[in-house]
Amino acid sequence: MVTELFAPALYETLFPVGISRYAVGGLLVGLGAVVIYLGTGIPAGASTFLESTLSYVSDQSRFQRYVSSRDWRVVFTLGIIAGAFVYALTFQSGLVSSGLYESGTTGQLYDVGGLTVWMTDVQPWRLFLGGILVGIGTRIGKGCTSGHGVCGVGSASKTSIVGVMTFLIVAIGTAQVVMALGVTP
Amino acid sequence: MSQQRHPLFMPLIFVGGLIFGFGLGFSHMARPEVVLNFLQFEDFGLLFVMGGAAVVTGIAFALVPRLFDRAPLTGDAYGRRLKSFDRNVLIGGAIFGVGWGLSGICPGAAYASLGVGNVTILWALAGMFVGAYVQGYWRSQRAASETAPTSAD
Repeated sequence: MVTELFAPALYETLFPVGISRYAVGGLLVGLGAVVIYLGTGIPAGASTFLESTLSYVSDQSRFQRYVSSRDWRVVFTLGIIAGAFVYALTFQSGLVSSGLYESGTTGQLYDVGGLTVWMTDVQPWRLFLGGILVGIGTRIGKGCTSGHGVCGVGSASKTSIVGVMTFLIVAIGTAQVVMALGVTP
Repeated sequence: MSQQRHPLFMPLIFVGGLIFGFGLGFSHMARPEVVLNFLQFEDFGLLFVMGGAAVVTGIAFALVPRLFDRAPLTGDAYGRRLKSFDRNVLIGGAIFGVGWGLSGICPGAAYASLGVGNVTILWALAGMFVGAYVQGYWRSQRAASETAPTSAD
C-alpha cells in the first residue's frame, strides 16, 4: 500500500516525461546498428567518421589509416542526418503522433513551411568547447556513446564497459559543476 | 578498397543510419538539453536509450555469430566489438566525459541534431573536428618521431 502511494510519485520524479519515447528511440538506435551488422558484420560507431573524413583533407597517418572505410562512414552519417530529418518531418512536426511519443519543452521550435525545426538554447561556447573535448576524448578513448555505449556494451566488452562508466561518471560530475556555477542553459 | 563492394553495401549502410538517426531524434537524445537534464539528475529517461540500444545489439551480437557464418554483403565473419584496454580508455573517456557534460552532445547525436533542424549544433560539430584533428596531428607526429631512427642528418 505504501508503494502504491509512493511509486507513482517516485516514477514522476525520475521520469517526468515517461520512458516510452526513450525506450522506443533506444530500440531503434540498436536496430539501426544491428541492420548494418547483419548485412556487413561491422559493429559501427559514429565517431570514427570524424577522423576518417579528415583523411580527405589531411595526409596525417592517424587519419590515412581510415581511408578504406571513409566512404561508407560518410554514408552512415548522412543516413543518421536523414533519419533524424524524417523524425522532424513526422513526429516533430505533428504530422504523425503516437501514445509512445511525448513531445518535449526543451529548446525552440520554428515552423518552416509546415516543417517544424528544433533549435537548442545551449550556448554556442559550451557546444564548441565541449565538442573539442568530445573530439579529442572519443578518439583517444577508442570510442563514443555509440561505439562503446551501444556496440561495445552489446558485445559485453570489458574495455567498453569501463569506458562508458568513465565518461558517464565524469560527464555527470561536469554537468553538476557547470549547473552549480549557474551556467544556464 | 581494391575489391568491388556488393551493390547493396552502401544502401544498407544508409538504411541502418536512417533507423539509427530516427531513433536518436525520436528519443530526444539529439537535444543537448535532454542529455544535460539526465546528467543533472532531472530526468533519467536517457538510461533507456542507451540501455535499450545495448540490449538490441547485445542479443544480435550473441546470436548472429552462432546462426550464420559470414555477412552476406562483405563475406566477413561476424565478430564482436572488442578493443584492447589500456590507460588511453580512461584518459580519453575522462576527456570525452568533460566535453559531453559541458555540451550535452556526442558525435552520433550531433549528426542527428543537424537532421532535426538544429543548425546551432554546427558549433559542436566544428569543435569535434577540431578536437579530432588536434589529437590526430599530435599522435601522427609522435608516431613518426618514434619510428624514424635518429639517422641521416
